[in-house]
Amino acid sequence: MNVLEALRLAYGGLTGNRLRSALTMLGILIGVGAVILLVAFGNGSAIKVQSQINSLGSNLIYVYPSSSRVGGVSQGFGSGQTLTQADVQAIASGAPDVSTIIPVSTLRGQMTYQSQNYSTSVTATTQDFPTVRSYQISDGSFFTAQDVSANRRVVILGQTTVASLFGTTEPVGKSVKINRQIFQVVGVFAAKGTAGTLNQDDIAVVPISTAWTYLEGGRGKNINQLVGSATSANTLTKAETEITAVLLQTHNITDPTQPDFSVLTQNDIANAATSTTATVTTLLSAIAAISLVVGGIGIMNIMLVTVTERTREIGIRKAIGARRRDVLLQFLIESMFLSGTGGLAGILLGAGGSQLLDWYAQQPSVTFAPPVVSAPSVLLAFGVSVGIGLFFGIYPANRAAGLSPIAALRYE
Amino acid sequence: MAAEPPLAGAPERLAGASEVNPAMAPTIQLEDVTKVYQMGAVEVRALRGVSLAVDEGEFVAIMGASGSGKSTLMNLLGCLDVPTTGRYLLDEIDVASLNDDQLAFIRNRKIGFVFQSFNLIPRSSALHNVEMPLIYAGDATNRKDRALNALKVVGLADRADHQPNELSGGQQQRVAIARALVTNPAILLADEPTGNLDSESSHEIMEVLGELNEQGRTVVLITHEDDIAAFAKRVVRLKDGLIQSDQIRIPTTRVAQR
Repeated sequence: MNVLEALRLAYGGLTGNRLRSALTMLGILIGVGAVILLVAFGNGSAIKVQSQINSLGSNLIYVYPSSSRVGGVSQGFGSGQTLTQADVQAIASGAPDVSTIIPVSTLRGQMTYQSQNYSTSVTATTQDFPTVRSYQISDGSFFTAQDVSANRRVVILGQTTVASLFGTTEPVGKSVKINRQIFQVVGVFAAKGTAGTLNQDDIAVVPISTAWTYLEGGRGKNINQLVGSATSANTLTKAETEITAVLLQTHNITDPTQPDFSVLTQNDIANAATSTTATVTTLLSAIAAISLVVGGIGIMNIMLVTVTERTREIGIRKAIGARRRDVLLQFLIESMFLSGTGGLAGILLGAGGSQLLDWYAQQPSVTFAPPVVSAPSVLLAFGVSVGIGLFFGIYPANRAAGLSPIAALRYE
Repeated sequence: MAAEPPLAGAPERLAGASEVNPAMAPTIQLEDVTKVYQMGAVEVRALRGVSLAVDEGEFVAIMGASGSGKSTLMNLLGCLDVPTTGRYLLDEIDVASLNDDQLAFIRNRKIGFVFQSFNLIPRSSALHNVEMPLIYAGDATNRKDRALNALKVVGLADRADHQPNELSGGQQQRVAIARALVTNPAILLADEPTGNLDSESSHEIMEVLGELNEQGRTVVLITHEDDIAAFAKRVVRLKDGLIQSDQIRIPTTRVAQR
């Protein structure tokens, strides 16, 4: 007996008991549907987090000073003042896999334009900032290397800052005050969106030398962090190692386990952000998978009933020449057909549910990430559902195959 | 199934031969066969030494009261069971030594079963029921044509698409006979084939079996009704697990005489 014939028999057997087959499939259907939906949900969140982190820039490496200690008491992450302009130059010349490196110093700035005032985060940096952080200029231009070396008081504003200070007025060419110093607006950034809780459009960027001279008033040449960009995603780890080596040397540190700085790549940040989502997704999927097992037990139950009901038929088949494995194959295929069909329906349910949630996620005021159904999860779910039919079908099918033909024929 | 049948080399009997040829080995040969069942702590000796030879083309009725061992004999003849002691040669194959799969093969190729309760597969058309033995034989050549031919032999070619529950008892039994014929087996084994039928249908069925015998089929029939046994050319009576009598006789009821 070939598989096609067995499939035909299985189809006949299942359509003969439509309601019962449908109810049995329901267990698998719900399980597979739930797994696919939850995996899609986790997937979507991971993709959203990933894209937010990518929006920070490409292949970024962050260098932070270690926490400074005052009288043995740690002053917190990034509170040290160990990074210098010399470090920037040393990395630029000594780390071949770092394409660009910029120093960044941030401070709160009270900005005023005519009667409007607005408090924002002022980023002080060099001319390579837009390249490293992937900012686009929508109007005017970014400041140049000359602006940096000449301590010019120029500023480039993000969209949120523009909206708060200028409303509908064209900002480029206007003068604003930052902490009572007059700056000229030379450019405006294109909108960039949020990354996590950080609004990347709520920003004002000035040359770092200008900030040191006019905004930080003699508190030294403060650098909060260095932001470097590796030449490619493949060289990210190598670039990280190079930066560490260069800084250990320039800072005269002999024990690499006790650096006065820390280096973090974009991947580290992404991993930290996605690992929580991944854990939750795995947990939820595991719960959904339990319902698959319950569905499998339902299939086993129904297959046992079917074998008992069809004892006489099994006897007839054996009397006219069905071998043990013919009967075994028939019931195994019937059981896999049952669970496989349930699995297919579950895939449709999961994919349909994802579509619906995707549509819902597009609505304004909805903040969750749209679910993304992944092909491997669909294939896996189908494979698992057929596998469940196989596993839970073995016992009933074996029971059918082992029936003695005489006893089976006599069965009433 | 791809596996080569275990007994492919066994000699085939000529299906068309109508005369009994004494020089050839008998189709069925039982030699001092016993069968003992263990029913809990009690041993039931269902057959206590039966020797019987049936030649090709014979029409034998096996009779006996209930408990005489005729059902046990039927199971042994049909290779649904194997004897406790003694030898059973079917078409020159010793059946006692075969395993389950080999017995299934013998049932498929050498034996055509007709049961008292028809035993068609429900929810399958008459044609599909008749095709079933060919499916298990793994024989796809002209499967449908051969099944249709078998249905034609029993006069039901026009009912091929009907399901068992759409057929009368007599028609169902004729489908069962077609199913028994389709693999061209060495013997047709009928276990009280008319037990569930009214007398008119019973006679129809016996006429079909009689015709098949006329064409050279070996038919072994189990019954407890004298008027059914009257169709056979030879009557074997069983009592308490032993053969009581074995008569060769001129059938009193024949198709041709009606």
